Amino acid sequence: MGNVLLQYATVLMLTIFVGIEIIAKVPSILHTPLMSGSNAIHGVILVGAMLVLGSADTTLETVLGFLAVILATLNVVGGFVVTDRMLEMFKAKPKAPVAKNDEVAS
Amino acid sequence: MSRGTLIDLLYLVSATTFILALKGLGSPKRARLGNGVAAVGMLIAVVATFFKQVDGHNLHHVALILIAMAIGVVVAVPTARYVRMTAMPQLVAIFNGVGGGAASLVSITEFVHIHSTHPATYVTLEVLLGVLIGTVSFSGSAIAFAKLQELMTGRPVTYPGQQIINAVLGAAGLVLIIVILVTGQTGLLWVLLALAFVLGIAFVLPIGGADVPVLISLLNSFTGLAVAASGFTLGSNLLIVAGTLVGASGILLTRLMSKAMGRSLSNVLFSAFGSVITASGGTGADARPVRSGSPEDAGVLLSFASRVAIIPGYGLAVAQAQHVLRELAEELESKGIEVFYAIHPVAGRMPGHMNVLLAEANVPYEQLKELDEANSELQTADVALVVGANDTVNPAAKDDKSSPIYGMPIINADLAENVLFLKRSMRPGFAGIENELLYNPKTTLIFGDAKDTLTKIVAAVKAS
Repeated sequence: MGNVLLQYATVLMLTIFVGIEIIAKVPSILHTPLMSGSNAIHGVILVGAMLVLGSADTTLETVLGFLAVILATLNVVGGFVVTDRMLEMFKAKPKAPVAKNDEVAS
Repeated sequence: MSRGTLIDLLYLVSATTFILALKGLGSPKRARLGNGVAAVGMLIAVVATFFKQVDGHNLHHVALILIAMAIGVVVAVPTARYVRMTAMPQLVAIFNGVGGGAASLVSITEFVHIHSTHPATYVTLEVLLGVLIGTVSFSGSAIAFAKLQELMTGRPVTYPGQQIINAVLGAAGLVLIIVILVTGQTGLLWVLLALAFVLGIAFVLPIGGADVPVLISLLNSFTGLAVAASGFTLGSNLLIVAGTLVGASGILLTRLMSKAMGRSLSNVLFSAFGSVITASGGTGADARPVRSGSPEDAGVLLSFASRVAIIPGYGLAVAQAQHVLRELAEELESKGIEVFYAIHPVAGRMPGHMNVLLAEANVPYEQLKELDEANSELQTADVALVVGANDTVNPAAKDDKSSPIYGMPIINADLAENVLFLKRSMRPGFAGIENELLYNPKTTLIFGDAKDTLTKIVAAVKAS
């Protein structure tokens, strides 16, 4: 117990306030990208997954850690790519009539 | 500076980028940059971790780590890149779910690792919380995915005593945690895992498809908290900061999202919203007179308008009709008719989803009007063209106190001189509620597939 736990608790408390403060005024059209973006950020669990697999001693730990790294990578990579694809759509369009309009997207 | 300090410093940089990224994501101009900044921060953290020392040695199993990562990348990139935009909400759900699963696995694995050293009670508590929250997020997201992907019914699944059963499950989880802490029976961890898995499913089943986006946002927040719990166990400030950031902002975002639907969060989570078709519902619906017309009628009506409001909904996206719709708008504009799009905040499946879908079809951003502006402009519109929307134009939200959507802000399509309602059938919308607008004398219904109908309307407009 002791100092280390207290230090983590301090970080936790301060971050809660940062998290709330940062979101306070976001236009509703950005709610979805914001959700998706924060989804990618909690993919940082990948770092934790690497650490547990990297220190695994038994087969059980290795298997669990291996699965954790796969899932966490899916979270990180998928999260960022999806968010970027959403936000790509928000980029400012040139005002002029759009000539090359036939998107291949759908 | 030692290697450990340098790595911690890089983690600090990474944590800072996450905060900046969330800040950026809140403004339309910097959102994409923000996402990129977070991705760079993530890369820094991951690369730094490869050089980290745990228990006084370098990381073992580096090859396995790389293989697992490669598998993740190979699956995630094509999925995220090529799945259709309409399926975006499901994707977010599933990527969130795997994150929750990963957090749960990390907590378990670390526990198995340190188990023999008889960790302090608070360490066990962190592990148990991480497993509980992470697993609920995992199985809950899986059900949310199944609902949105229509692998199962999107309607709330209810059964007698559901609320009580869920409350008992939740209480059992807490009791189990206390028992494990007091008795030190760590084998019960696996029971907790199973219980959390069932709890996640039971929690999500009664939530209707229309509310699932709010739910995903909540589960996203849960995953954040699970990551923070793993951070405590592993002693990682980076995980604590990133997890808590997502957890705290996620809960606030969830509340903002339910507010945009005019409902409270507890109403969204516990009311099994949309389980019954209310009002005249079902069979009685077809008996009432409605006015229907042909696409040609619609074309003529539109050609002689001077202002047209387009009110798109999810049905537009399902029919992949956003490109034809833009074509129609351009055709009308070439005749000197003013066109704007009235966008409800929850049009589509998630807030802002419709903006993304229309932007994909190259609809100019300036033509998109948000709710309040749209409603004031609708008063001077000659025609309101409703394409694939239903609940977001349902006047019951204003007039009918008994309606489940009472209080949700809507787009007042009936303010326009005429309403053209493109519809596949008389079936009620996603929330399962009868729509009075269909019976309004101003309304002309045009039945058929949205894309098909719009194509015919474009031809009719060209001809007249």
